[in-house]
Amino acid sequence: MFLQQLVNGIALGSTYALIALGYTMVYGIIALINFAHGEIFMVGAFIGLLMVGVFKFNIFLAMACAMIFCMVLGVVIEFIAYRPLRKSSRLSAFISAIGVSIFLSSLALMVFGANAKGFPDQAFSSRQIHIGDADISTLQLLIIGVSAALMIGLEFIVQKTKIGKAMRATSEDYNTAALMGINVNFVISFTFALGSALAAAGGVLVGMLFNAVSFNMGLMAGLKAFAAAVLGGIGSIPGAMLGGLLLGVTEVFGVAIGYSSYRDAIAFAILVLVLLVRPTGLLGRKVLTKV
Amino acid sequence: MLSIENLSVNYGAIRALHNVSCRVEQGEIVALVGANGAGKTTILNSISGIVPSIGGVIAFEGTQITRMAPHLIVRKGICQVPEGRRVFARMSVQENLEMGGFILSGKHEVANGIERAFGLFPRLAERRKQPARTLSGGEQQMLAMARALMSNPRLLLLDEPSMGLAPMLVEKIFEIVVEINKSGTTILLVEQNASMALSIANRAYVLETGEVVLSGDAGELARNPEVRKAYLGE
Repeated sequence: MFLQQLVNGIALGSTYALIALGYTMVYGIIALINFAHGEIFMVGAFIGLLMVGVFKFNIFLAMACAMIFCMVLGVVIEFIAYRPLRKSSRLSAFISAIGVSIFLSSLALMVFGANAKGFPDQAFSSRQIHIGDADISTLQLLIIGVSAALMIGLEFIVQKTKIGKAMRATSEDYNTAALMGINVNFVISFTFALGSALAAAGGVLVGMLFNAVSFNMGLMAGLKAFAAAVLGGIGSIPGAMLGGLLLGVTEVFGVAIGYSSYRDAIAFAILVLVLLVRPTGLLGRKVLTKV
Repeated sequence: MLSIENLSVNYGAIRALHNVSCRVEQGEIVALVGANGAGKTTILNSISGIVPSIGGVIAFEGTQITRMAPHLIVRKGICQVPEGRRVFARMSVQENLEMGGFILSGKHEVANGIERAFGLFPRLAERRKQPARTLSGGEQQMLAMARALMSNPRLLLLDEPSMGLAPMLVEKIFEIVVEINKSGTTILLVEQNASMALSIANRAYVLETGEVVLSGDAGELARNPEVRKAYLGE
């Protein structure tokens, strides 16, 4: 029972982590809460569904297509909705983000309708594996495996590659990064592309996990992933991974011990509790405001 | 090499620079001296392209760079060591240098640049893997200078290299500045420590509330009674 719930929790939590990474990376670089990020996740799920349902792609290829599509979408959103407001107040950019979010979910409602759609059965033929008294599905293992691989890939890019180091430099000090010859606009676009690709992968995985893809799935998932990012310490990449897993596991255990009607409240309750004790989040740093 | 004509900059409603003109010739050390808030840093930031000007022309080696993006100005051969050093605190010494060499194309060039930097600043070699925030103030200043030199600039902009350093270190830093200049890099130096700056500079400009009030040979300025009274504490 414990192992069963733990695996359920990790599978759910790793999808939260995938989405949370996008929030935290964008915030780390331009201090913007990309409110449209949850909708990018939703669009990713729909693209994955289309690829599997209409073009009969296998699930990995479908996921790759969703990731590429959302990379472009993320870059375009930044270019149209955020870049012109870069020098305005943060509130303007935030309101613009809410606008993009409403636009994307309304668009999905018009194109795909109001009903939730499921992945066809042949998308991934899930089997059950018995370990002790736990039933673990291969779908859960797929979710955990893909999420882990993507996060390891992200960590490699951020730590070892030239563009990843430029991302870290830009997030530490925007102007000085520019003084080093780093094209900060390109770095910002790249960050949006990376975050959006992870969200798209998360969308496809969540769509398969709950076998439901709908126009409004981005709202709650986005809010929870944002909670996960804040919980881990916004701006911190390991923090987003930790926050996502913690949130997923707690939620699943909360449901398992009988609080299923409070399912969505659990995430935010943890957020409030942790922020009371550690306002910067679990792995967050103190932000010093320069004068 | 660098010429600035009638440069004006506003911060909101506040005029930071008013019709400032100055020039830097190949091989020189030129100092900008003046009190806090006189506009020295603003001049460097306008040259680097991170502060927009409302009027005037900045030209480098005959090309206009007035409205060029900061990263393209670095590619032209101008690099700045910003005020307060601004090293990337959470990145290692090595990574800071790699960022300084961002515009270099090959891994070899970066590796050679880092070796050269370690030759000039042996202390940095010992601290290669450490995060920059663990360095002392003097070491951070050395790192900031080494980082800027990575891009092989022909013109180096130095903003307050002596800020917050012990007198002995200040002398050491200025020796290194002279050394960098002798190896062929032209230097535009901003300093509040006017006596130090005038002692190594060829020429200097004195700024007051956003305007150039005096300019000329650094030695002559250092002997000028007004300058001595206002900036050299006499």
